[in-house]
Amino acid sequence: MLSILRSIWTILTHTFRRRVTVQYPDEEPYLPPRYRGRIILSRDPDGEERCVACHLCSAVCPTDCISLQATEDETGRRYPEFFRINFSRCIFCGMCEEACPTYAIQLTPDFEMSEFKRQNLVYEKEDLLIDGPGKYPDYNFYRVAGLAIGGKDKGEAENESPPVDIRSLMP
Amino acid sequence: MSETLRLILIVFGVLVAAMSIAAGLIWFERRMLAVWQDRYGPNRVGPFGLLQVLADMIKIFSKEDWIPPFADKAVFILAPAIVITTVLMSFAIIPYGPNIQVVDLNIGLLFFLAMSSLGAYSVVLAGWSSNNKYSLLGGLRASAQMLSYEIFMGLSLMGTVMLAGSFNLADIVYAQRGLWFFIPQIFGLVVFLIAGLAETHRLPFDLPEAESELVAGYHSEYSGMKFGMFFVGEYLGITLISGLIVTLFFGGWIGPFLPPVIWFLIKTGIVITLFVLLRGSLPRPRYDQLMSLGWKLMLPLSLLNLAVTGAVLLVLR
Repeated sequence: MLSILRSIWTILTHTFRRRVTVQYPDEEPYLPPRYRGRIILSRDPDGEERCVACHLCSAVCPTDCISLQATEDETGRRYPEFFRINFSRCIFCGMCEEACPTYAIQLTPDFEMSEFKRQNLVYEKEDLLIDGPGKYPDYNFYRVAGLAIGGKDKGEAENESPPVDIRSLMP
Repeated sequence: MSETLRLILIVFGVLVAAMSIAAGLIWFERRMLAVWQDRYGPNRVGPFGLLQVLADMIKIFSKEDWIPPFADKAVFILAPAIVITTVLMSFAIIPYGPNIQVVDLNIGLLFFLAMSSLGAYSVVLAGWSSNNKYSLLGGLRASAQMLSYEIFMGLSLMGTVMLAGSFNLADIVYAQRGLWFFIPQIFGLVVFLIAGLAETHRLPFDLPEAESELVAGYHSEYSGMKFGMFFVGEYLGITLISGLIVTLFFGGWIGPFLPPVIWFLIKTGIVITLFVLLRGSLPRPRYDQLMSLGWKLMLPLSLLNLAVTGAVLLVLR
């Protein structure tokens, strides 16, 4: 009997407690920087596309929502001819970001992407590409990779020794 | 002529007020439950979410009103009408102010008890005519619950009747001029409050519709406005019981400064809030607990209250 009265009193004191509700459209909730929301493609500090079209993201994607086709420019630099993410299938698991060897594909703390038409949820490369480097401001894959492409020969990358002539006996 | 007009005005005033309070309670209950659960509740539609009532009404009026092919059609349609009718009939006997009353029955309290007994038919018939085992179980529980709680519901009021010396609700209010009856009749109040909860099958005594066990109990098969009538009937029942508690134990419309009708509404509102608070804080008892509470605690308590009140009155006289 007394416990019933006590629980009624406890509930009554909740009148003056802080509300737990976040009044969402009026009041933005805080999302941590590593929140897994809308997927973007970033550029390196020189303003070039980071994506090298290795297909790892589309291979690891559990819902097969990423599709892309690789191509090369005249200097031998690989880039995707098209890059398409179907957000109506994406589950925002972030595995594409983990698989990406060049930090090109990244997830952002934006989740407001509702559409009235299902087709509008399919994002093309121009929708995905952003102007900045995203979470890794100084990283440039081609500057650290030992790959010869236009303007950079073998041994010219950062922290890379010049190539050894293996047919010479000289040390 | 003016007397007839006044009566017609009172009848329609009571009808409109009761229906709009019952509709407003949908919003009020959701809002208050939210307050006690650290939420906000419906606050989007209109100021403070008040237009939620309108939105809910538009929704429930435009829903498909489906009658299952296996149901007993005539009874199925009749059942929700009974609950509204009987509850609205009881509103006729409550005095809302000096001389503001639909009918001044000298057996007013008995009329209310009779009407609430008839109200039990609505849930029983709804449970039976739905031809569904969950509905039937709900109807069964409702009939057993209402029969056993009606007995001491009536008995708990007899102390008040003895003090006032009348079944007439207007006389009972006038008898409370000096002292409101909740002080000498505190046990009567507690028993009547619990019986009222069971009569309107409100939480924590909502076993007839216990949604975790019986889908929705006796109104499982109801949809559209027929379900809405059960819904409104429940809120009308709360308003009625609150109005009666105020009339019988808290001096009805008696109060200083403010007009009598305002006093009545304020007191009724407080009791309605208490009903919502009880819903927010208490869990539903098991069925046998409900029955043993009724027969083993509430019935002896109301009998004792009756005997003691009678003895004290005899000694004083």
